[in-house]
Amino acid sequence: MLELENVWKSYRVGSLGSKRLTAVRDVSFTIAPGEVLSVVGESGSGKTTVGKMVLQLISVTRGTIRLDGRDITAAGKRGLREYYRKVQGVFQDPFSSYNPIFKADRVLEMVRQTYFPRVGRSEWQAKVEESLQSVGLDPGAVLGKYPHQLSGGQLQRMLIARALLLDIEVLVADEIISMLDASTRIDVLNLLGELKERGLAVLFVTHDLSLANYISERVIIMRHGAVVETGATAKVFGDPRHPYSRNLLASVPQLHTKWADNQFHAEELEPDGDRDRPPAPLTKVDENHWAAAAG
Amino acid sequence: MSLEVNDLRVHYRTLKGDVRALDGVSFDVADGEIVGLAGESGCGKTTLGKSLIRLDGRMRHVGGTVALDGEELPIGDDRAMNKRRFKDVSIIPQYSMSAMNPTRRIGRMIADLLGSRGIAYRDLKRELVQRLELVGLPEKVLDNYPIELSGGMKQRMVMVISTLLDPSLLIADEVTSALDVSNQKAVAETLVRFRDMGFVKSMIVVTHDLSLVYQIADTIMVMYAGRIVEKASAETIVKAPQHPYTKALISALPEVGLEYGDRKLKSIPGKPPQLLNPPTGCRFRARCPLAGDECAEQPPLVGIDRGHEAACWKLEESNARA
Ligand SMILES: Nc1ncnc2c1ncn2[C@@H]1O[C@H](COP(=O)(O)OP(=O)(O)OP(=O)(O)O)[C@@H](O)[C@H]1O
Ligand SMILES: Nc1ncnc2c1ncn2[C@@H]1O[C@H](COP(=O)(O)OP(=O)(O)O)[C@@H](O)[C@H]1O
Ligand code: SF4
Ligand SMILES: [Mg+2]
Ligand SMILES: [Mg+2]
Repeated sequence: MLELENVWKSYRVGSLGSKRLTAVRDVSFTIAPGEVLSVVGESGSGKTTVGKMVLQLISVTRGTIRLDGRDITAAGKRGLREYYRKVQGVFQDPFSSYNPIFKADRVLEMVRQTYFPRVGRSEWQAKVEESLQSVGLDPGAVLGKYPHQLSGGQLQRMLIARALLLDIEVLVADEIISMLDASTRIDVLNLLGELKERGLAVLFVTHDLSLANYISERVIIMRHGAVVETGATAKVFGDPRHPYSRNLLASVPQLHTKWADNQFHAEELEPDGDRDRPPAPLTKVDENHWAAAAG
Repeated sequence: MSLEVNDLRVHYRTLKGDVRALDGVSFDVADGEIVGLAGESGCGKTTLGKSLIRLDGRMRHVGGTVALDGEELPIGDDRAMNKRRFKDVSIIPQYSMSAMNPTRRIGRMIADLLGSRGIAYRDLKRELVQRLELVGLPEKVLDNYPIELSGGMKQRMVMVISTLLDPSLLIADEVTSALDVSNQKAVAETLVRFRDMGFVKSMIVVTHDLSLVYQIADTIMVMYAGRIVEKASAETIVKAPQHPYTKALISALPEVGLEYGDRKLKSIPGKPPQLLNPPTGCRFRARCPLAGDECAEQPPLVGIDRGHEAACWKLEESNARA
C-alpha cells in the first residue's frame, strides 16, 4: 500500500534559487495493490512532480510518503535500493529515458548487476524472457536491438518489462501512452490492466482523460498543485462537482459529440493565488467522491 | 476546387531503395473545406503535407500532379515553389513549437520571414497585432523569446505567423498533439476561426487523433501505408465507416463517458508493412480480418456514396459485419 500524506513540494527557481515555486500542495492519497489511480490535470498542474516524489527522484518538501507503513523519505541509500526493488517508473518519452547506445540485453543485464548479482546467467536469461513475454514482446524480436530499432510501443513495453524484473509492487507511469498510436495505446493500456489484476499498484499520470477513464477505478484531478476533486472514476467523470473538472471534461474531444453541439459554457475559475496557503479542503460530496470548494 | 491531387507519388531515396511513402494518392479539397488526415504513425501523413510545400533532401516527386486554385503546383521544383510557400500554401510543421529559433525575439523572427518575401514588417504589423489579440496573445509577446511562452501560447503564435499572408491552403501537422486538453481545444477552435475569417481558404489537418479531428473537420481521410483507404464526411467516418481499417481504428479508441468495467478494447494485431518493399495487393491484408484471395490485387479507391470513397474489395461483407 502506497500512501501520500499532506505532501508538499517547492522548487527553487530564478537566479541562484532566489524564488520559490510551490508545485505540489497538500496532496494525500493511497493506492492499494491491484489498483490503478489516475492523476489528471492541465500541463504544469504538478502531476509529474507527484510521480517523481513517489520515485524519490526529488525530495519531499513537507509531508510523508509511506510504502507498506514505512516512511520512505527516511530511508538512506541502502534503504532506497530496497525501495527501488518495489517501486519503479516509466516515463513519457521512452527514447529519452533509455540510453541510445545500449542494446536491450545490456539494459536488462544492468538490472541483474545492480539488484541480483548472485543470480546466474541462465537463470537470469529465463527470467528476462519470461518478463518480456509477459508484456507481449517476443524476446527474439527485441533482444540485441538498439532503442531506435524498436517502435515506440515496443520500447515502452520493454521498459515496463524491465520494471517487472524486480517483482515491483508499485509502478509510476507518467504519460506513457501519449505518444503512441491508437492501436499501440490499447495494447499498453491492456497490459497495465493485466498487471493490475496480478496485484500491481499503478500511479497513472496523464492529461488524456479518456485513457484515465478506461484504465482506472479511482482518479485525482489536480490544478495549481492541489487536488480539486477525487473519487471513483465513474463518479468524478460522470458527475463532476468542481468547476475546473467540468471545464476539463467539456474540453475532451469525444467521438460522438462535437464541442459545437455541447451547450457548455466554460465556468469562471479562481485565478492562481498564493500557493503557500493551504488549498481549499476536500469535502465528501457523495459515496466515494470528494471535491474542493470552489471560489 | 481549391486543391486537386492526382495519383501523387513521392518516395524517399535511401541506400536500400525507395521508401514509397506516398504511393498513388488522389483527393480534392474544396474551397473553405477543412480536411482531416488520420492514420497510424509512419503511414505517410507528414510526407503528404510536406510534398505540398517543400520536398526535403531525400524526397523525390516520382509521379502525379497537384493543382492549387486551378493552377499546377510545381512541387518537384524547389525554386518555383519558393514563390508559393507561405503566400499560397503554408504549413505548421510537426514539432514546430520546439523548432522555433530560441535565440531570436519573436518579432525579429517574423520581420526576417516577411523580409525574405519582400514584405516590410511595418506594413503588416497592425494586422499581426490584431491577429495575435484574436488568439489571446498581447502585443508584447513579440519582444519575447520562444522559450518564454508556454506550449499552448507558442502553438497559437506559430498559427498566426503561418497564416499571416492569407494562404489559400494551410497544412497543420499534429498541432495539438503535445498540448493538454484545454489548450488542444483552444488551438483546434482557432483553426476553424481562421478559416471562418478567411485567413486561409482551406486546410488539411494532420493528426493521429480521430476524436480531435472529428471536432473540426468537414471531411476525414484515413491513410494506410502510403495510400488513402477511406474518405468521407467526418460524421460518416466516425459513425458509419466502411473500410475494415477505419473500423478497427475507431473501435480502438477509449472514450470518456463510457463505463468499461471488464470490457476490453481491441487493438489491431500486427504492424503496418514496411514501405521499402511494400507487399502487393491490399496493404492492410496481413492485419485484416476479412482478407481473402481477391485481396492479393490492389483495391481501387471507389465512390460508394456521395462524398464517400473507400478502397476495399469486401465493402459489402465489411458492412454486414458492422
Ligand atoms: N527521410 C526519410 N528517409 C527515409 N524514409 C523516410 C524518411 N522520412 C520518412 N520516411 C518514411 O516514410 C514513411 C512515412 O513517414 P511520415 O513521416 O510521412 O509518417 P507520418 O504518417 O507523418 O507519421 P507520424 O504519425 O509518426 O508523424 C515512413 O515509413 C517513414 O519511415
Ligand atoms: N525541476 C524543476 N525546477 C523548477 N520548477 C519545476 C521543476 N519541475 C517542474 N517545475 C514546475 O512545477 C510545476 C509542476 O510541474 P509538473 O509536475 O511537471 O507538472 P505536470 O506534470 O502536471 O505538467 C510547473 O510550474 C513546472 O514548471
Ligand atoms: S481489400 Fe481485402 S484485405 Fe484489404 S481491407 Fe478489404 S477485405 Fe481487407
Ligand atoms: Mg508531466
Ligand atoms: Mg508525421
